[in-house]
Amino acid sequence: MSVTTAADGIKDVTTPLSDADVESLKTGDRVRISGVLYTARDAAHGRLWPLIQDGQPLPIDVRGQIIYYTGPSPARPGDVVGSVGPTTASRMDKFTPALIKLGLKATMGKGARSQPVKDAFKQYTAVYFGAIGGAGAVLSRFVRRVEIVAYEDLGTEAIRRLEVENFPAIVVNDCRGGDLYQDGMKAYAREET
Amino acid sequence: MRDVHVSAIVDAVKKLCIDANLELEPDMLRAFDRALTTERSTAGKQVLQILKDNAEMARTRRIPYCQDTGFVVCFVELGQDVHVTGGALYNAINEGVRLGYTEGYLRASIVRSPFDRVNTGDNTPAVIHVDVVPGAALRLQIMAKGGGCENRSKYTMLTPAAGIEGVKDFIIDCVKTAGPDACPPLILGVGVGGTFEKAALLSKKALFREVGSANSDPTLDALEKELLARANRLGIGPQGYGGDTTSLGIHVLTYPCHITSLPVAVTIECHAHRHKEATL
Repeated sequence: MSVTTAADGIKDVTTPLSDADVESLKTGDRVRISGVLYTARDAAHGRLWPLIQDGQPLPIDVRGQIIYYTGPSPARPGDVVGSVGPTTASRMDKFTPALIKLGLKATMGKGARSQPVKDAFKQYTAVYFGAIGGAGAVLSRFVRRVEIVAYEDLGTEAIRRLEVENFPAIVVNDCRGGDLYQDGMKAYAREET
Repeated sequence: MRDVHVSAIVDAVKKLCIDANLELEPDMLRAFDRALTTERSTAGKQVLQILKDNAEMARTRRIPYCQDTGFVVCFVELGQDVHVTGGALYNAINEGVRLGYTEGYLRASIVRSPFDRVNTGDNTPAVIHVDVVPGAALRLQIMAKGGGCENRSKYTMLTPAAGIEGVKDFIIDCVKTAGPDACPPLILGVGVGGTFEKAALLSKKALFREVGSANSDPTLDALEKELLARANRLGIGPQGYGGDTTSLGIHVLTYPCHITSLPVAVTIECHAHRHKEATL
C-alpha cells in the first residue's frame, strides 16, 4: 500500500489504500493503479444494500479497497477479460456513503458524484477516480487476472476481483472537496456556465 | 415482388452487430482527428488520442470498443416490393442480434423486464422500427446504443411562443446536464416537431447521418453549426476533464407539427457511436 510519484509526474498507487495514501492524492492527479480492484455496479450494489442496512457481513471486505464500477464484456478464449471501461458512477451514489463508512477507500467510474458522496469522501477520507469511459479495449490491457467472488448469477454484474497493473485513471474527487469536472469546465468555459 | 429469405437478414444483422462494436466508423475517427487540431486542453487531447488508440485496439484485437456493447436499435427500410420469406422479419432481426452477441463475445446488457431485471443473456430483443418505402430493397441500419448516454436523453414540449430560441436553449441545457456522465465528446440527435413519439423517433434517426456531414436543409445546417459551436464553448471537454471538444456533431431532423405544439427530443450519444448499415 503506497502512493509514490514517478519521474513522469504520474502517481503510482498500490492497493490496499490507507488514509495517508488517500490524503496524498489531489484532484487532477494522474495515477497508475496496481493491485486489486473489485467490480460492482447496479445489481451487485442492490444485493449489498440490504446486508449493509442489516449490519451483515459483505461478500468482500471493502476496507482499504477500490470498487470499480464496470461490467466487462465476455473474454475471448485466451484473453483475461473483455472490454472493461467504467460505467456512470452516479447510479451508485445512493449506496456509496454507506460503503465509504465501512472503510472503502476509493471508487472508480465516470461522471459526477452527488454532494452526499463527496461529503462522505471528506468525512471518511476517500477518493473517486475517473477512468476513461468508452476506452474499454485499451483498459483491458492493464488487467492481469479476473476472478468472480460473488453473485455469479448476475453475469456481467457479478462482483469480480481484478488484479491490475498500472491501470490509468485520474483523481476526480479528492478527500478535500476537490472536483475535477467543476475545475475543468471553469478553465475552458467560454459562455453561459 | 422480390423474395428475401430471413436467413440473409439473420446473417446481415449478426455481422452488423459484431462489426459495429469492433470497428468504429470512419466518420468518428475523422471527427477525433479534427478535434485534436482544435482542442486546447492537454487532458482533453490525451483523452482523444486514447479514444483513437482504443478504436485501433478494438479493431485489431477484436475486443469491443466499449464494454457496454449497447441496446441494438434497428431501423428497417422495407421496400414495398420485398417479400420476406422463411419466417418473420422481427424474429430474424432478433436472431441476428442473438448470434452476433453470443458468438462475437459482446456483452448481454438487456433485462427481460424493467421491474424484475433478469438479464436475457443474449442481448435480445432489439428495438426495431420499420418504415415501408418504395422499391425492392431491404435496408438495415443498426446502432449499438450505449446506456449511460441514453440515460441523459431528454424530451420537452415547448410552446410555439418559445420558438427556435427555446429549442436552442433546451438542446444546450441537455449537453450541460449530460456533462461528464454521458462520455463526451457527444453526438446529439435532435427531433423537433411531430408528436410526442415522432420527435423521439426522429432524434434517434438523426444519429445515423454521417458525423461531420452537412444537413441537406441549409437552415437546419446553420442551426446545427450554431448549436455545435455553443456546446463546445461550455468547457466540459473530453470525458468532462475540461476542454473545447464537448460535442462532435449535432444532427437535427424536423417534422410538421400541431398548431399548439413544439415538441423537442434529444437523444444523447457518446463517442462510442457505433452504427452500421447494410442493404439486401
